[in-house]
Amino acid sequence: MNITLTIIAQALSFAILIWFTAKFVWPPLLAAIESRQKTIADGLADAERAKHDLDMAAKRSADILREAKDKAGEIVANGEKRASEIVEQAKAQAKVEGDRIVAGAKAEVEQEVFRAKEQLRTQVSAIALAGAGKILGREIDAKAHNDLLDKLAADL
Amino acid sequence: MSTEHALTASSYIEHHLSFNVKQVAGGGFWSVNFDTLVVSALLGIVTFGLLWLVVRSATSGVPSKRQAFVELMVEFIDEQVKGIFHGDRHKFVAPLALTVFVWVLVMNAMDFLPIDIMAWIYLHVFGQEKFRAVPTSDINTTFALALSVWLLMIFFSIKVKGLGGWIHELFCAPFGSNPLVWPANFLFNLIEYVSKPLSHSLRLFGNMYAGEIIFLLLGMWAATGLAGTIFGALLGAGWAIFHILIVVLQAFIFMMLTIVYIAMAHESH
Repeated sequence: MNITLTIIAQALSFAILIWFTAKFVWPPLLAAIESRQKTIADGLADAERAKHDLDMAAKRSADILREAKDKAGEIVANGEKRASEIVEQAKAQAKVEGDRIVAGAKAEVEQEVFRAKEQLRTQVSAIALAGAGKILGREIDAKAHNDLLDKLAADL
Repeated sequence: MSTEHALTASSYIEHHLSFNVKQVAGGGFWSVNFDTLVVSALLGIVTFGLLWLVVRSATSGVPSKRQAFVELMVEFIDEQVKGIFHGDRHKFVAPLALTVFVWVLVMNAMDFLPIDIMAWIYLHVFGQEKFRAVPTSDINTTFALALSVWLLMIFFSIKVKGLGGWIHELFCAPFGSNPLVWPANFLFNLIEYVSKPLSHSLRLFGNMYAGEIIFLLLGMWAATGLAGTIFGALLGAGWAIFHILIVVLQAFIFMMLTIVYIAMAHESH
């Protein structure tokens, strides 16, 4: 149990080991650890940011979706309104057209009636004239009795 | 174990506790404990060589299991240093703590080797009659470590506070700067400076030395016959298991005291 030269030799070994550790063991390992810590921290920050971005995107997409729905609803409502307008317009137009056709038809019918009447009248007057001639036994001078014939025709 | 000459309890213990002394020059101090030097140097080279091998291929990506183990140890020690020492610990203090912890741990761990089997190997394989395998149960080792730390402590004290600051502190702390209390202050600091390396080194030495002696005493059960041998082996196993705690704990305590002393040297009073 003597203190001998061993103590100096051991102190020297100790010094060499400290130097070795401080120079070759500690710094590279620390660098590796710190670099990994940085990587992990960056990764976590990225994940956090991505999560935030995702939230934002989800919110935005929900907004856009709602907007689109509103717009679509508006468009459908407009379309319906326009359709009913068109229908109303068409109805009104059809009514006008129908009325016009009916009026035209009526006028034509009246004209036809009138013409038929005219024809009938002239024929009746001719018949009357022929009948009268037969009754009288002689030819009636159409020219001489024109006034009479016209009067007759007008009375018919 | 040699049985050529009469074996008594005291000769057995004495044999196991004798260093392999090599004289360098005449006289008491000028000799070296060959066994202590060889074992501690070999352990230092192998352990720190392995650390270096692992660290050399260290990656900042996914670490290998070996790297993870080394990182675990380094981070553990770094945590301890961070809690005690406030300053740039990565330059010197943390590597110092790692060195102290690892080296003392492996030197202590030599205590697990079964003493009598190893004695046979030392004698018949290496031709060494006397060989003590536990460097930390050599007071030269523990004093060498503690005094190195002590010198570092004084070095950092002077480096941080300046020579004047350090001397000022010797006389003006802890009681104040009144000239009347200078002698008391100096006496206190003197006691502190003497007691630090003593308690630092003797704590480790005492634990390891006592551990060795208990192994020897348990080994002596073998002299009482077969039943005694088995009983002794059981007790030896129990003590070895308990010794795992002591080995690690003493290495840890030695490291913590190292950090604390160096950290205290950095603080001004």
